[in-house]
Amino acid sequence: MTELGILHFLIVSAALFTVGVVGIFVNRKNVIVILMALELILLSVNINLVAFSVFTGTIQGQIFAMLVLTVAAAEAAVGLAILVVYFRNRRDISVENVDLMKG
Amino acid sequence: MALIAFVLIAAIVILSAVFVIAARNPVHSVLWLILAFFSSAGLMVLIGAEFLAMLLIVVYVGAVAVLFLFVVMMLDVDFVELKQGSLGYWPFALLIGLILIAEMALVWSASGSLTFDNFDPSPGADTNTEAIGAVMYTQYLLLFQMAGIILLIAMIGAIVLTLRTRPNVKRQDVGKQTGRRRADAYEMKDPAPGQGI
Repeated sequence: MTELGILHFLIVSAALFTVGVVGIFVNRKNVIVILMALELILLSVNINLVAFSVFTGTIQGQIFAMLVLTVAAAEAAVGLAILVVYFRNRRDISVENVDLMKG
Repeated sequence: MALIAFVLIAAIVILSAVFVIAARNPVHSVLWLILAFFSSAGLMVLIGAEFLAMLLIVVYVGAVAVLFLFVVMMLDVDFVELKQGSLGYWPFALLIGLILIAEMALVWSASGSLTFDNFDPSPGADTNTEAIGAVMYTQYLLLFQMAGIILLIAMIGAIVLTLRTRPNVKRQDVGKQTGRRRADAYEMKDPAPGQGI
């Protein structure tokens, strides 16, 4: 533990992942913060991928981290668009009433 | 030295992540999220993955966080009311978190040694960016193109979702304008002198 190893990165990543999952449960009413917690989870996955890629001396993990980044950006865009439409219809963003949207 | 920097930056990442989920005001949440992204980019710089670090700043801070900020400020939501009763969720959420941590610790203790002796952020090239570029456009070209298509679909989807045609709004209709003929624009009258039409 005296020099920087992969374990350090795995610990940080695990902690970040857990914070993200806890965030989803804590902010059950606020969709915006749930989306932010999802971004935190994806960030922890990215840290994991980059750490493994660098410490094993292979580049594939960094390519994959880039793809995860792409999907995270797309997911944020579509999720926020759905949120805006939902707010336009209902004037609030409480998750509990989302099932009213089904036909 | 690298370890000290790592511990500092890692502490900032975790703390700002906690503030993201615990802040009362979502605008503050977004700002803490930006700090978390910046410091994770710092973590990646520490082990030499510079390209991914810069990409993280450009994509997350430059695009995603700004998108969040726009939406948070655009929606006129009563966030105080949304926060009501969320204290009751904490015990359950912490229980879930503890279970997750325990599971990950279990996996770690069951796995063997986690020491890799070929540390190399840029295998087969001088710089990290070169190493990524050498395989990105050759070996992983298909994945790269698929990422582009995913972004395109997300863009079209977001536009289609949020586009609305409101009634009673005057718009320019070029086809209608150029399709206008003299006959339907005005009509000739020949009023007799001394009388109106």
